[in-house]
Amino acid sequence: MPVFDLAATPLRALNQALHGVAPGANDTAFEVLNPRGQHAVAVGIDGPVTVTVRGSVGYYCAGMNDGGTVTVQGSAGPGVAENMMSGTVVIEGDASQYAGATGRGGLLVIKGNAASRCGISMKGIDIVVHGSIGHMSAFMGQTGSLVVLGDAGEALGDSLYEAKLFVRGSVKSLGADCIEKPMRAEHREHLAVLLDRAGVTDVRPEEFRRYGSARTLYSFNIDNADAY
Amino acid sequence: MTYQNPPMPPRKSATFDDHTMAEIRRAAATGIYDIRGGGTKRKLPHLDDLLFLGASMSRYPLEGYRETCGTGVTLGTRFAKKPIALKIPITIAGMSFGSLSANAKEALGRGASLAGTSTTTGDGGMTDEERGHSEILVYQYLPSRYGMNPRDLRRADAIEVVVGQGAKPGGGGMLLGQKISDRVAAMRDLPKGIDQRSACRHPDWTGPDDLEIKIGELREITDWEKPIYVKVGGARPYYDTALAAKAGADVVVLDGMQGGTAATQDVFIEHVGQPTLACIRPAVQALQDLGLHRSVQLVISGGIRSGADVAKAIALGADAVSIGTAALVAIGDNDPAYEEEYRKLGSTAGAYDDWHEGRDPAGITTQDPELMARLDPVRAGRRLANYLKVMTLEAQTIARACGHNHLHNLEPEDLVALTLEAAAMARVPLAGTDWYPGKAGF
Amino acid sequence: MCGIVGLFLKDPTLEPQLGTLLADMLVTMTDRGPDSAGLAIYGPPTPGLSKITVQSAQALVDFPTLEQRLAEVSGGSARVAVKSSHAVITVASDRLEATRAALKGLSSDLRVMGAGESVEIYKEVGLPKDVVERFGIAGMSGTHGIGHTRMATESAVTTMGAHPFSTGADQCLVHNGSLSNHNNLRRSLARDGMAFETQNDSEVAAAYLTTAMARGRDLGAALAGALEDLDGFFTFVVGTKSGFGVLRDPIACKPAIMAETDRYVAFGSEYRALVGLPGIETARVWEPEPATVYFWDQRQAA
Repeated sequence: MPVFDLAATPLRALNQALHGVAPGANDTAFEVLNPRGQHAVAVGIDGPVTVTVRGSVGYYCAGMNDGGTVTVQGSAGPGVAENMMSGTVVIEGDASQYAGATGRGGLLVIKGNAASRCGISMKGIDIVVHGSIGHMSAFMGQTGSLVVLGDAGEALGDSLYEAKLFVRGSVKSLGADCIEKPMRAEHREHLAVLLDRAGVTDVRPEEFRRYGSARTLYSFNIDNADAY
Repeated sequence: MTYQNPPMPPRKSATFDDHTMAEIRRAAATGIYDIRGGGTKRKLPHLDDLLFLGASMSRYPLEGYRETCGTGVTLGTRFAKKPIALKIPITIAGMSFGSLSANAKEALGRGASLAGTSTTTGDGGMTDEERGHSEILVYQYLPSRYGMNPRDLRRADAIEVVVGQGAKPGGGGMLLGQKISDRVAAMRDLPKGIDQRSACRHPDWTGPDDLEIKIGELREITDWEKPIYVKVGGARPYYDTALAAKAGADVVVLDGMQGGTAATQDVFIEHVGQPTLACIRPAVQALQDLGLHRSVQLVISGGIRSGADVAKAIALGADAVSIGTAALVAIGDNDPAYEEEYRKLGSTAGAYDDWHEGRDPAGITTQDPELMARLDPVRAGRRLANYLKVMTLEAQTIARACGHNHLHNLEPEDLVALTLEAAAMARVPLAGTDWYPGKAGF
Repeated sequence: MCGIVGLFLKDPTLEPQLGTLLADMLVTMTDRGPDSAGLAIYGPPTPGLSKITVQSAQALVDFPTLEQRLAEVSGGSARVAVKSSHAVITVASDRLEATRAALKGLSSDLRVMGAGESVEIYKEVGLPKDVVERFGIAGMSGTHGIGHTRMATESAVTTMGAHPFSTGADQCLVHNGSLSNHNNLRRSLARDGMAFETQNDSEVAAAYLTTAMARGRDLGAALAGALEDLDGFFTFVVGTKSGFGVLRDPIACKPAIMAETDRYVAFGSEYRALVGLPGIETARVWEPEPATVYFWDQRQAA
């Protein structure tokens, strides 16, 4: 198993090695030591590699991940798994703002809390947060699902498009054009699959409420101008 | 004796002129601000207000055709492993697939490639046609991140982080539902037919200190190969250029308020931002103060139309220029051949600016298959290449006349200004004097 | 646009390490601002004595005779400790204002960085590493301190333009972000008698808080007022003689992270700044909420 100690090895070497893994290679499990809050750890992964990061990371960890499995045994800075295409990213601690921003696929699991703007402009990614999320989460969310086992901060789902939001705890406030919607069987099934994929076993889909777009901002109307 | 009042012609207000009153009525009737493309229509101090001195006794001109005048420029020499070498210092600015038809994007790629220069994606991602037909393609990294993916990032030749545009520095975007075809919708991960709002700030960073970290991530993802441009609108050009350079840009693209291809509110287009002419010298000054002039390249855009504009921008310190509106005109935008149809749309050739509505008779700013088919991408590409070549020849003609063997040797001292405004903005002397406003000792 | 750090000690046994810890935190933030750096260190006050930190572009000319030139106005109490381009003048507290006034006439190169019973402020153009070394920050002990490394946005890169900004006794502020109504606010505060040294937006924020506290508000209330009166993007870390406060604007996109243990409260623009702190692995780490005042006081903590 390749081990990169970032206290001794430059970040460049790690990312270059991750990009250099040939299709079908056997040695695809990487370990990263001493990240100490460094930025851009394990970014641009383009194949089925596994990366275990022992410690906390800075901005944009696992950015644009396409097919890799990245586990951070610590907390993540802003923009973790931003624009993820596919694969899985697990943060065992907390995540800073912009977690999963603009993600287009894959699964992001945050075992602690996520700060503000979790899932901002999400485009297909699924995000499961075991704890709570901060303000302006899922702002302009387009598609994909955001699942929150704890509480949501202010202005959840502001200017939302078609992303699906599920919150188990309280929602401090809903953003413009975001409304609560009924949980039907299909939503419970969808949620059960997501919870299972995220390794959540002690929580039932029935405990969540669903939020989505009221779609009043989809075509400009002067009577909605206050919301713009 | 009685006096007869002579007939007086009715007098209209200069403040409330016809256009102003029509706009008030339009706002009252529709309840929506006017959105349009086409850039500012007001008269602004511009590069036209500068003249080259040429050579005679104190300087010696070069012979046309025989004595070379170089036009090449390399962008991205600061950090990128693979800088971009352009044959001509004129690039095609970012315009999205979605706002433009696939045929138009293909034509831009073909024309730029024939002329040895780059073209640029826009706020809608990269299409295969565009990549295929563009020898050198710059991939825009925008707040919406529509269509953003690492595969396209890696198959681009450079990455342009868009912070702002000249038509709307500080503003987001809006693509109206009429233009959201199935393909455009799929590329943007949105339902068909709805208005698309683009954010004004990036979703995962704000400010130059965080931009530095974002640029670091993009370099890591692309293995430090690609030049990274930062595009800013003409707002506070000195600070914006300095901060883009401090954040780690290889290239700064500065778009003055004549930059026109973004559809946005008329009030934004006409009232926010600075003219291109006013932006160049402060930006150059910022790079000079940091010791980075020429090593961080400066690309100027916004109202560039001719070889004279190219030569003037370079003389003022730019490394290259970029064209958007002019390129669209070259491939057929606002062509009088479609006058009858422009009239049906309530406009006229030369004034048509409802590019966001998707009904462009010229088949350029539309997703309508029938309209789009009017634009032959091969022929249109050839027209663009011709135009780029003419601009280059014009710029060379001027440079030779000023005694330069390369466009980059043009200097501010080759210029004089026709107006006080232009002299102040370009910091070149008013013609016939050795003074410009702001220069001490008059 | 910058990197900011702050450290407030609850455990007095850490006080000898304050300078080392804070210096390391600031150096880690170097990438966020290459233009200038500065720190404010608060030490335990000595009853009856106050300190003035001054800077001079002509330190070799100004400082050697400074004690002698201040002898009369300070009633013989002035003692000068020189550190590179800065000097800390200790005077009897009842002579503080007179001494400060006298400094203005001594040399056109002298600038007051800050004054009070416990604060010392060191700031210069350059990278955090160089600034920290130049002033021997690592050797300083204290109860709390804040630091800043600057990427200048609109105002000049100068010593006076470096943070922290101190506009009142023992008060100082560091800022990450960009204000958008500071010009009007500066004019208004100037009409009320505040003096400004720079065109910097952050100095206006500092002066705003000083003015509010001069009108009897505590730091917490002054920060709450800032939410109403300051427009733009900001994360502030503010120090007073015994306190330490943090405030983010309501949009809160400039980064901020905090850590608390039984021994300290720490602030950093990024987590990286905190990784060297003792016991960080088990600290409570969180991001301050937007438009929420965080405030710790040495007297309450003790």
